[in-house]
Amino acid sequence: MYVEMKQVNKKFGSYEAAKNINFGIEKGKLVALLGPSGSGKTTILRMIAGLETQDSGDVIIEGTVVNDIPPGKRGIGFVFQNYALFRYMTVEENIAFGLRVQKKDKKEIAGRVKELVSLVGLEGMEKRYPHQLSGGQRQRVAFARALAPNPQLLLLDEPFAAIDAKVRKELRQWLKEMISKVGITSIFVTHDQDEAVEVADEIIIVNEGKIEQMGTPIEIYKKPKTAFVSQFIGTSAVLNDFHGFRGFEQLPEASQVIIRPEFVEAFKSDNQKFHSLIPCSEEGVIREIAFRGSYLELTLEVNGALLQTNRSLERRPVEIGEPMRVLLYRVYLLKDQDAYLYKNQLLKGVDVEAL
Amino acid sequence: MNKNKTYGKRILPGFGLTMGITVAMLSLLILIPLSSILLYSFHMSAKEFLALILRPNVRQAFLTSASCALIAAVINCIFGLNLAWILVRYDFPGKRLMDAMIELPFALPTSVAGITLTKMYSDQGVLGKLLLKAGIEVSYTKTGIVIAMVFIGIPFVVRALQPVLEKLPKSLEEAGEMSGAGRGYIFRRIILPELMPSLLTGFGLALARGIGEYGSVIYISGNSEKQGTQVVSYIIMQKLNSGNVDYEGAAAIALVLLFISFLLLFFVGIMQAAAGRRTIQ
Amino acid sequence: MKKKKKEPMQYLLIGTGTAFFLIMLVFPLAEVIFRSLKDGLQVYSSAIIAENTLSALKVTLIATVFAVLVNTFFGLCSAWLLTRFEFRGRQALSALIDIPFSVSPVIAGLAYIMTFGRMGWAAPFIRWLNDLLGTDIALVFSVPGVVLATIFVTFPFVSRELIPVLQTHGTAEEEAAVMFGAKGGYIFRKVTLPHIKWALLYGIILCAARAFGEFGAVYAVSRARGKTFTLPLEIDALYMAGSAESITQAFAVSSLLVLLSVIMLIIKQVVETVSRNRLKVQAQQKEDKPCM
Repeated sequence: MYVEMKQVNKKFGSYEAAKNINFGIEKGKLVALLGPSGSGKTTILRMIAGLETQDSGDVIIEGTVVNDIPPGKRGIGFVFQNYALFRYMTVEENIAFGLRVQKKDKKEIAGRVKELVSLVGLEGMEKRYPHQLSGGQRQRVAFARALAPNPQLLLLDEPFAAIDAKVRKELRQWLKEMISKVGITSIFVTHDQDEAVEVADEIIIVNEGKIEQMGTPIEIYKKPKTAFVSQFIGTSAVLNDFHGFRGFEQLPEASQVIIRPEFVEAFKSDNQKFHSLIPCSEEGVIREIAFRGSYLELTLEVNGALLQTNRSLERRPVEIGEPMRVLLYRVYLLKDQDAYLYKNQLLKGVDVEAL
Repeated sequence: MNKNKTYGKRILPGFGLTMGITVAMLSLLILIPLSSILLYSFHMSAKEFLALILRPNVRQAFLTSASCALIAAVINCIFGLNLAWILVRYDFPGKRLMDAMIELPFALPTSVAGITLTKMYSDQGVLGKLLLKAGIEVSYTKTGIVIAMVFIGIPFVVRALQPVLEKLPKSLEEAGEMSGAGRGYIFRRIILPELMPSLLTGFGLALARGIGEYGSVIYISGNSEKQGTQVVSYIIMQKLNSGNVDYEGAAAIALVLLFISFLLLFFVGIMQAAAGRRTIQ
Repeated sequence: MKKKKKEPMQYLLIGTGTAFFLIMLVFPLAEVIFRSLKDGLQVYSSAIIAENTLSALKVTLIATVFAVLVNTFFGLCSAWLLTRFEFRGRQALSALIDIPFSVSPVIAGLAYIMTFGRMGWAAPFIRWLNDLLGTDIALVFSVPGVVLATIFVTFPFVSRELIPVLQTHGTAEEEAAVMFGAKGGYIFRKVTLPHIKWALLYGIILCAARAFGEFGAVYAVSRARGKTFTLPLEIDALYMAGSAESITQAFAVSSLLVLLSVIMLIIKQVVETVSRNRLKVQAQQKEDKPCM
């Protein structure tokens, strides 16, 4: 493990920002700390950096406990939320700051700055001040500035929060490429699941100061371990009194389940492809149709519950009030704080996704 | 807890240094000298203390200082609101000059202000002559004290109101107008409540300044015990200057004055906190 | 602020405001100038170059310079402390710093007399220190006393100007500098100072303006005309002498201070305009950041 947190706790007054945090990150990985606002994810990042000190527990970087090492000596590059560029310094001076603090040779500094400016594609803007740059350009400066002293670990606090939605997607890709080009272990904080899924190799989900789950984006999506994760990732609807659906009769009364649009298939009763599945499906009626650009979002009423599913525009047209067969492949069954995948019992191993 | 070394660190440098300097300078220059007054008052018994404070001339001085400062602060609230309003809301020639000159009473030495106002309002002065014809005497009366306190207090009110007025969204008034409310109603029910904490802050500061004021007041007041135009700070100064120096008397009076100042400071603090809460909303 | 039409209400308000302004603030200024020149330039200039006036000018400058130096240093330290750190008693400390704002200047003078004066409890200590160092410094009824009293009344000025600026500026840039291992002094000079330089200058101007004009506090601890008198005290002495000539001289010396005050107000206005333009640039910068 390259970066580790062991039994870390942190309180701000009576507010617990971190409760017994334990995790390890391998060298070279790009990891996202994902969670809603106020979940403690930024505090965790700042504790790794040394900008906050934990009340107890250890932060370990490359096998060394760094609790007593000041932030500037931990070999960490930090990209702040809103970047915290030095407003009264030019792009060049911003990037050179860390090297100047280390009293590096002037020529060496100039060389390194030039190299970084060209890496992030800001040639010609060296003499500009932060307020003369766009949001995306500022992010690039912040990135270059953090990398200048050759840190071993890069931490980014909500790196895309200050950027226009339009360019945000572009910048995600740009940042991912840059980090893999530089080959630096990186951790970034975000509240946006799309961002985490798209950019990160691994995701750590944080809620109320606790780590809910850690894994690759696919793992987290397919196998949410906790009730929180199953709701936080993907779009989902919670049904509170779920039982008696075909294939789910064995669920106890008053079960709480989570259903994602991907778990629901709606087809017309004359559809030959799904003919064999009619016995495992329920009768439903279309209540709403929303056009989502590349697909339709259907809201169906089934047994008094409302379920959502997405429908390809390539399939036959549907209309409001039309009866449909609704097949539920599986649900996430919630028990206390944990989530379990529960499959439609009537499908008996039929691989619906292969259809 | 010896844990603190590892876990309770402050990230930005200079905590110990600035704490040391701040506390040391504050104590040496302000707190310790002020507490000497308290210490000195302890030389007296409670009876002696009360006797000093309740002497007719001292009582009269407190009454004069407080009542004049109160009247001046109220006048300043009215004209301060007027000035702040036109400086923020209207355009007129000389506006910038006026804005800059509002702080003249802060910058002008109080003794200069004092002798100038005295001469202006004396029976020989430009304004004094005019007012005398109307039967109003200013210099060497309580009216003069009020005028001097209005002079030194006006910037407090204007400067407290200006930033709030600037931030006050026009949409508030417009919403009022849209609902058909009259001007006076909008002002009383919408604008004034918004301004209240700042207005009271300015009022409190002007009052505090007025009660303790010395330089600008002592010339125009005439300092006559008979006419009740001695102010508190004059009485204190008299006890320090006259042939028979009376430190204990000075300390006792100063202690009461200090207490009043702290009360006002506390009041202003509460008002500022209230104003701060408003702006956040 | 664009107005469609000027309405009667508006004329009325501008009228009353301007009248108040003229009577209360402009007339007195004119009065000083008029009275100072009443007996001709000869009297005026002789009043200015009188020995007592020049000595008072010197003491005034000494007191102002010391007050500005000490309070700038204090202002920087306390503002850093109060805006950069969370600690118990922060609010209380902040309130204590404001005390000189609301305390009568006469009390300030009195406080020093009662501490360092002949009867003061710290007098033996001062004597002991003087014996030890072989000096003869008195802290009241002397130039050092005048300096101390001036420092007292101007104590919070710089601090109060810096605190709001440092608060809105936040700590992110300093934290970024810490991440690079920069030391306190370096961070302050390179990162913080550029942000607060206008506020600092503004505070220094306010501090200086109040310092050279202080009367009550200095009056209490200064007795020797021609030695420890400042300009405001000299004006008082001339005025109190009572003769028509000396009153004119008092106004002549006053005109000097009026000039100084007006200069301070002009510098203040310039600083304000410049820093406001700076703020506009920063506000624009913020607007450029969508989603935040």
